[in-house]
Amino acid sequence: MIQPVILWTDALVFLLTAVVLAFALYARRREHLRAPWREVVRSRMAVASLVVLCVYAVTGLLDSVHFRQALEMQEGQVEVQYSGEVTSLLDLLLGPMRSQDEKTYSAPFATRLFTKETVIGPDGEKSRTWPRLKYGGVHLDDPATQKGPDIARRVARAASESMLLMLITGLLLAFLLARKWRQPLLPVLRAMLRGKTDIPWRTALGTILVFVMVIALIVNLSGAYHVLGTDKVGQDVLYQTIKSIRTGLVIGTLTTMIMLPFAVMLGMLAGYFRGWIDDVIQYLYTTLNSIPGVLLIAAAVLMMQVYVANHPEMFETMAERADVRLLFLCLILGITSWTGLCRLLRGETLKLRELDYVQAADAFGVSKFNILMRHLLPNLMHLVLIAVVIDFSGLVLAEAVLSYVGVGVDPTTMSWGNMINRARLEMAREPVVWWSLLAAFTFMFTLVLAANLFSDAVRDAFDPRLRTQR
Amino acid sequence: MQQALLQVSDLAVRIGQGDGAVRPVDGVSFEIRPGETFALLGESGCGKSMTALSLLRLLPRPAGEIVRGSIRLDGEELLSLPESGMRDIRGGRIAMIFQEPMTSLNPVMTIGYQIAESLIEHKGLVGGAARQRVLELLDAVGIPDAARRYDEYPHQLSGGMKQRVMIAIALAGDPDLLIADEPTTALDVTIQSQVLDLIRKLQQERGMAVMLITHDLGVVSEMADRVAVMYAGQLVEVASRDVFFSAPEHPYSVKLFAAVPDSGKREDRLTVIPGSVPPLNQSFHGCRFADRCHRAWERCISEQPGWYEVNDGQQVRCHLADPAGTIPVERPVEAETGPDTAWSRDTADAEALLEVDGLQVHFPIHRGLFKRVAGYVRAVDGVSFSIPVGQTLALVGESGCGKTTVGKGLLQLLKPTAGSVQFEGQELTRLKGEALRRSRTDFQIIFQDPYSSMNPRMSVGDIIAEGMVAQRIGDSREARRQRVAQLLEQVGLRSEHARHYPHEFSGGQRQRICIARALAVDPKLIVCDEPTSALDVSVQAQILNLLQDLQQQLGLSYLFITHDLSVVSYLADRVAVMYLGRIVEEGSVSDVLDNPQHPYTRALLSAVPQIDQAAKREIIRLEGDLPSPSHPPAGCHFHPRCPIAEPGCSHSYPPVTQLSASHTVRCHLQ
Repeated sequence: MIQPVILWTDALVFLLTAVVLAFALYARRREHLRAPWREVVRSRMAVASLVVLCVYAVTGLLDSVHFRQALEMQEGQVEVQYSGEVTSLLDLLLGPMRSQDEKTYSAPFATRLFTKETVIGPDGEKSRTWPRLKYGGVHLDDPATQKGPDIARRVARAASESMLLMLITGLLLAFLLARKWRQPLLPVLRAMLRGKTDIPWRTALGTILVFVMVIALIVNLSGAYHVLGTDKVGQDVLYQTIKSIRTGLVIGTLTTMIMLPFAVMLGMLAGYFRGWIDDVIQYLYTTLNSIPGVLLIAAAVLMMQVYVANHPEMFETMAERADVRLLFLCLILGITSWTGLCRLLRGETLKLRELDYVQAADAFGVSKFNILMRHLLPNLMHLVLIAVVIDFSGLVLAEAVLSYVGVGVDPTTMSWGNMINRARLEMAREPVVWWSLLAAFTFMFTLVLAANLFSDAVRDAFDPRLRTQR
Repeated sequence: MQQALLQVSDLAVRIGQGDGAVRPVDGVSFEIRPGETFALLGESGCGKSMTALSLLRLLPRPAGEIVRGSIRLDGEELLSLPESGMRDIRGGRIAMIFQEPMTSLNPVMTIGYQIAESLIEHKGLVGGAARQRVLELLDAVGIPDAARRYDEYPHQLSGGMKQRVMIAIALAGDPDLLIADEPTTALDVTIQSQVLDLIRKLQQERGMAVMLITHDLGVVSEMADRVAVMYAGQLVEVASRDVFFSAPEHPYSVKLFAAVPDSGKREDRLTVIPGSVPPLNQSFHGCRFADRCHRAWERCISEQPGWYEVNDGQQVRCHLADPAGTIPVERPVEAETGPDTAWSRDTADAEALLEVDGLQVHFPIHRGLFKRVAGYVRAVDGVSFSIPVGQTLALVGESGCGKTTVGKGLLQLLKPTAGSVQFEGQELTRLKGEALRRSRTDFQIIFQDPYSSMNPRMSVGDIIAEGMVAQRIGDSREARRQRVAQLLEQVGLRSEHARHYPHEFSGGQRQRICIARALAVDPKLIVCDEPTSALDVSVQAQILNLLQDLQQQLGLSYLFITHDLSVVSYLADRVAVMYLGRIVEEGSVSDVLDNPQHPYTRALLSAVPQIDQAAKREIIRLEGDLPSPSHPPAGCHFHPRCPIAEPGCSHSYPPVTQLSASHTVRCHLQ
């Protein structure tokens, strides 16, 4: 028995997903909307980044389906009681990683703790040594000799599994393409593997292979070892980094979702109506731009913190409290970051409103609202899209910085910023505890790099000025 | 025969790779002799500019590439020269001037320095010597007060002046050949004639050859010694000017002449060349002109025509000129008939549909911190006219004289500062909000640029239906869809085009869609704001015919805003000539065009390049440019440029003089 829990951010993430899907369906039938996207997926770089982004997005979505598991029925209990802990689908998939907590630090693939402890042996003798881990490599009798072959065996199995999976994926893709193009399977397969297809399927498959491999490795290894070690309280670092994906994505996407209505509406109004409306809006964003962003965010987050602390009755679980703070962070980041796009859109609207087709609509007596919605907005969308994709990576990085400073997400929320914040003190330690930092860095770097490369491709395809140059 | 200066043979250019590769120049051969003017004539998209750029090896990189051919300058092969050798040729032996003087100069460098740059590069002149030479060059291109202009920046000069500076830069290296790529297309007629004069004068003084690229038959006729006609990447005819204008051989050349509107063709319809230039990303099996040619037969579709010599020096790429071939009997050309020719152009007192009286549109100039109003741009300064039902008034003037502002002002797209606009007795300037919105169904506008006048993200059907939706015409979606289909057919398109998007259409087709859009709300008056000036001659004829047919069928009135006097004589009933925000002469077409009384009208008429060189006329050259409408000259606005001005002209603005019942002029000397 489970009780579904829909957090605020979950709802918004689902809403966003629905909007994106609806737009995709809408654009499928409209050539002028489809054409630039076709251009995007022709670039190999973009396809590879898209695969990376998709893997992250799926992870984030899985982590957004939250529920509370039922507790076991006690005797004499009539009503089902639910656990106070909110879990997600991703937690179920990751299974043991979540609960296999060690005592404190342990290095990747270690079988013993990172710190020496006084251990009382079976004979009652005390000794200072590195005790065996509770879970990591516990199935090995003699880690020193058995660990290497055991890992090799597991890696080999992961490799063969992933190869098999890729073979099936590749054939399935070829089969689907062959059906779509109405051609025999074999030439299609050959064209695909030689990279002769219009959409670079070979690149896509290559990137998918990398991820399948990584996932197979995680599946095979993470049950028996802590692949990326454990942190100060013994939690699996790999689990933390994977859980952090959702936080990063939420900050990157919801913030833009919150800021877009402001930026688009105010920018268009200022540019189209000019006069005093323009003055007011310009005054507003110039003022907002002059306040140091970090200061505003810190003040808002601290106020929020106090409010949450004073109203514990409003939140049923810890997760809900942390979630409200995450949402609030998105909100305040959104409020401080709409000015750039707004200014850009105002300028573009000033240009568009003088174009003949807007004048023609005026000459037909089309209402102002319809002119804004039918003539201006669709012709601004490419700018909005480019801005959103470029802003995304910046926001993911901003979360890390803010959490590091201590005004970011709730300390209980797993996020890359929190991981880095906690790992920074250990950098001075000898020998150094490097895995926490490296894990957070690698995952964040992959996401941001993919987002940046993808935004390049999107800009190339959508920016009319770049398009005419080629 | 003289040794050729430049010899181009079998030049071919490719842009892009793979299937989408375009071949804008495909086997072009010609030669230019020293000191002659060689005109390259063709519609847009024919590869004229690409030919010129490849002569200098300036094709856009990395997409463009010269695939084969040879270019010899005085016997030296240019295509095998290293890039460093090419730099001495560019500017030194061959110089080029471009169409758009506004963007060809660097806005942050003084014009003197920009000319000196070329001198330093090609002549090794520095310091005082360079300055001295720049001043000589500025003098030579007719820029007054050269010493002061030396230190000015491009934005301080007018369009005509900038083009003169461009010519000075081109001359700095003492080139043997000057390539002029549409040098006057962006300029007004009076400025155009100044610049063409200058090029002709410089050519005579220096004995350099000029390769003139243009689409304007009038310019060719005035300037050229020999003419080459280019079509879809190939030359289709080369001839000396006199032969070409008296006996064009290629059907395309013949049709081009017939498509030019003038008053002589007033009663008939213009000959049109159906369709448009084919896209150049395909391989051709037959003649490239075959599907637009009225004399094409089977051979034209299956076999590429050869290059035949017909007369002395006249060469043609057409099967008709093949001495060995048999030519089928010429089919009688089906004269494209108008719907109803019984309609007469009676200018007799029809009831006035639109009455404009003392219309003023002033734009305030804001200055300083508090945006104080420091003055006004008097774009339209007291304009009065009336348009009767079913007739056309042409509003003629140079760019910047306020003619477009008149159009927008009377449609209430711009708020007039003063004056009255009465449409069927209703005062439009006092209408507001909903009442104004409702009244908009009666008057519509067609814009100059067919590319920017349609929302690229709406389908053609939606674009045409937009006005109907806004004006609540047609009760159901289905009714509107049928009306859209009917409109599309009315303007010569097909009803299935409604599902397509604007970018799929050529310029002429887009202009047809714009016309359909305007017709959708059943207007009584259409303001046509230079509807054909962005189109090629052959397409322009199609649109003009369409406008005339629609006027006959629907009894529309047009306010036709244009700078092109040949269009005026073809289409208009009455003409009003505007100068600096005011109408200086108004009358029926025959009054104004055959018997112009205002010196400005006379100058404007004489400046238009004429195809027919036999009818020699005295050309009145206007000096200087249009003054700024924020500081109009005292007295008669035209007096600083007027060739016959008298001292009294600078004291007061002349009153209206009634010359006849239909002809008025504002000049002190009448």
